[in-house]
Amino acid sequence: MSFASTQFLVFFAALFLLYYTIPQRHQWKLLLAGSLIFYWFAGWWCLIYIGVTTVTVCLTARKIDSLAQAQEAWFQAHRDTLSKEERKAQKARDKSLRFRWLLACLLLNFGILAVVKYTNFVLGNVNAVLALFGSGQLPAVSMVLPMGISFYTFQTTGYLIDVYWRKVPAQRSLGKFALFATFFPQLIQGPISRYGDLSRTLYGEHPWNAQQIAMGAERVLWGLAKKLIVADRLAIPLRTLVSSPEEYSGVYVLAVIFLYAVQLYADFTGGIDITIGAAQMLGVQVTENFVRPFFSKNAAEYWRRWHITMGTWFRDYLFYPMSVSKPILKLHQRCRNRFGRFGKHVSVHTCSLILWFVTGVWHGASWNFIVWGLLNGIVIIVSQEMEPLYDKFHARFPSLKGSWGWDLVQVLRTFWLMGAIRVLDVYRDVPLTFRQLGSVVTGFRPQVLWDGSFLELGIGAGDWLVAAAGGGAMLVCSLLGRRKPVRERLLDHSPHLAWGGCVLLVLLTLIFGVYGIGFDATQFIYNQF
Amino acid sequence: MEELLSILREIHPDVDFETCTTLIDDQILDSIDIVTLVAEIGDAFDVEVPPEALVPENFNSAKALWAMIQQLDEG
Amino acid sequence: MKKTIGTAVLWCGILCAALWLLNALFLPKYMSRVPEGALIAEYYKETAGHDVVFIGDCEVYENFSPDLLWREYGIPSYIRGSAQQLIWQSYYLMEETLKYETPKVVVFNVLSMKYGEPQSEAYNRLNLDGMRFSRQKLAAVRASITQEESFLSYLFPLLRFHDRWGELTGEDVTYLFHRDIVSDSGYLMNVQVRPAEDVPQGRPLANYEFDPVCWDYLDKMADLCQENGVQLVLIKAPSLYPYWYDQWEEQIEAYAAQRNLPYLNFLARTEEMGIDFSTDTYDSGLHLNLYGAEKLSRWFGDWLTQNCPVEDRRGQEPYESVWQEKSAAYAARKARLEAEWSGSNPAE
Repeated sequence: MSFASTQFLVFFAALFLLYYTIPQRHQWKLLLAGSLIFYWFAGWWCLIYIGVTTVTVCLTARKIDSLAQAQEAWFQAHRDTLSKEERKAQKARDKSLRFRWLLACLLLNFGILAVVKYTNFVLGNVNAVLALFGSGQLPAVSMVLPMGISFYTFQTTGYLIDVYWRKVPAQRSLGKFALFATFFPQLIQGPISRYGDLSRTLYGEHPWNAQQIAMGAERVLWGLAKKLIVADRLAIPLRTLVSSPEEYSGVYVLAVIFLYAVQLYADFTGGIDITIGAAQMLGVQVTENFVRPFFSKNAAEYWRRWHITMGTWFRDYLFYPMSVSKPILKLHQRCRNRFGRFGKHVSVHTCSLILWFVTGVWHGASWNFIVWGLLNGIVIIVSQEMEPLYDKFHARFPSLKGSWGWDLVQVLRTFWLMGAIRVLDVYRDVPLTFRQLGSVVTGFRPQVLWDGSFLELGIGAGDWLVAAAGGGAMLVCSLLGRRKPVRERLLDHSPHLAWGGCVLLVLLTLIFGVYGIGFDATQFIYNQF
Repeated sequence: MEELLSILREIHPDVDFETCTTLIDDQILDSIDIVTLVAEIGDAFDVEVPPEALVPENFNSAKALWAMIQQLDEG
Repeated sequence: MKKTIGTAVLWCGILCAALWLLNALFLPKYMSRVPEGALIAEYYKETAGHDVVFIGDCEVYENFSPDLLWREYGIPSYIRGSAQQLIWQSYYLMEETLKYETPKVVVFNVLSMKYGEPQSEAYNRLNLDGMRFSRQKLAAVRASITQEESFLSYLFPLLRFHDRWGELTGEDVTYLFHRDIVSDSGYLMNVQVRPAEDVPQGRPLANYEFDPVCWDYLDKMADLCQENGVQLVLIKAPSLYPYWYDQWEEQIEAYAAQRNLPYLNFLARTEEMGIDFSTDTYDSGLHLNLYGAEKLSRWFGDWLTQNCPVEDRRGQEPYESVWQEKSAAYAARKARLEAEWSGSNPAE
């Protein structure tokens, strides 16, 4: 069920009321039951997939944890009898035993993810190659993606690796672990929580806390408003613009870049607001996933502020382990002395490119995502390599650095650059995207911006105004909320202001939201990943 | 310790590593620096820095780094 | 703590009030356009009871003149008709009407037997939004909604009509809490003349059987009338199309005989009534105009007087004063519409 549906509202209201009436020690069990029901709605067969992942990860983590404890006990008992070298060797042996368990479980779970997500992509590419040689075709397999598989696979394997690294203790209770894997607010589109973060509040007893509940509810409302008023409204002209790219080239492509940035931001952060707000209403604290990403001054910063939990997952569980692995260290040694400054970075950049390739693949099984990922990686690498140049530039114009105007230039540059790369997942076709981007220069007809052409894209002037007002409100709230969220600031002023804001938000969403007959409720974009 | 400081200075000549304790928290060291550092440390002190050691607590100050190296060397 | 609860209650109150206001504001008013939408709700303004109640689709509210039935026969009547009223909507309207009064005769037009499933969202809204909140309304909604409609939007019409924010007009404010009367006892008057010319024959159908659901509801109607001691009269209005097939006629005739109900097919009696489709229809034979409707009503008034337990209530209060007012409004409306029509058609 989609967050923006009456079905979900009813489901959540019932769960919420029950949650605060049953004895507090049973609250987590109710959450688990609710999560399973939520998942059941996506199709009972999905429960098989998430069930396999939950059970295998939980048991493997327990096994690794027990092994580690036994090894540790043995080690403590025999510590004094061993030399330093023997100690190191023993530790390495112990670790490799644990690693085998880890590897088996990771292979299984990433294997499932790969099969359901990438089979057809691989088959399609194999067929393309076969066609070159004029031989027969493999049939496509019909496979429906279990809901949230990319998210729960990452969340549970992250936990498993943390247990292997001994950062967190293994969760002995299968039920509690299942709740971590299936916690419904974040099942559809993340954030990808860490066990160490989520477990702090997930299993505890939560007494009624009016302030927390009110803050959470307001955040849910805000998320719904962003999604229903801005995102779903802008989705309509975007669909038109993308459905006939030949017709809408040139300046329209700039519009696609801009509108998609706003639309995706409103949709994705709206969904995350609902997730975090709903969890907060249940007393559970979920990690933030966005920190005003469009104010970033460069690509690397942007990726520290956009879809944060995904970025840190890839950093901690892929980038770092890869970077300190033996082959990469060897590569580092070899290049360091040969190619000067750049040589020192060869190994890191290699890891970066692999990281971004995988990030692209994770987003979707198609070439546009792979190119999208690699482009992000390349932009980050180039900007890192250009740092000496920047330093020289700033040495010439010392007053620029840190000035308001220069910050703005950087922010705008990053916004448009990341936006231009992002349209790859709008057009979903690599050559087409580049043709479109090229047409900005070759077919530049700025008059369509004011000759009324934008009123024929599926929404009228009134709707554009509403979208603009909504986008503006998002911008203002985002700026006002830098130190403290706006809803908390309102409450500090006066409870009447906070309540008034809430009521206004409900009414505005009901009136200006895009829902019901005549509007196709668009699913949250990140559902597909 | 002196050897570690010289490695650090080579990466960022402009930082006072002897006193700074927020190398990660203030984003003085980015991921490239961290990975370069691990490679250099591995060479210089003959230790393997495992990925699980790549946490802010170990990289926030030269002192913390040094403690990590010694612990890894202890076995 | 007390203060917090007070604030919460206050603002929840404000929210409810605002929602109620918005619901009223966004609901289409059907005053200057699509007056059919205002028909169902008008019934609740009636002050005197009725001996005859018509239930059905446009073939009742465009074809019968309750005013003539009063003027010439002293029969107080009302038409609970609405556009493309489906048979389950008719049934629940009948059930609802019987909560308010027990007429002597209920007349049901059988054309809607041809629709076995919900047809269109727009007609659903026209037919259901006007009903007062009741068990019958909920049941009618449940039976009527199409795949893409939500039940909730019938309880809170704002959920359906919120996207009218761009087209709200002064009319929506003027008629926030009241409506003008658009009909004459449920009759939507039309005085225009557009002769029926080539009336197409019905195309052969693959299946002439009425849907079992429709039979169920017709049965329920007959049972309901029987329980309440009301005479149910089945009719087929004299509209040339939608085409009424002989096979359909046979089924209804058989049913009426079996349940011992009178069934009048006016299509076969137009000559007897003196209806002339070159002057008595306003849309080439789909519906009668005022002149046709009065001819039909006169014939039906005769028939009612002879065959049903109705009495001449002229001179009886409260009927007399209520209908005097109604007749005056009817005459005024007729004069105004005729002036408008001849004004727009100076050649005639």
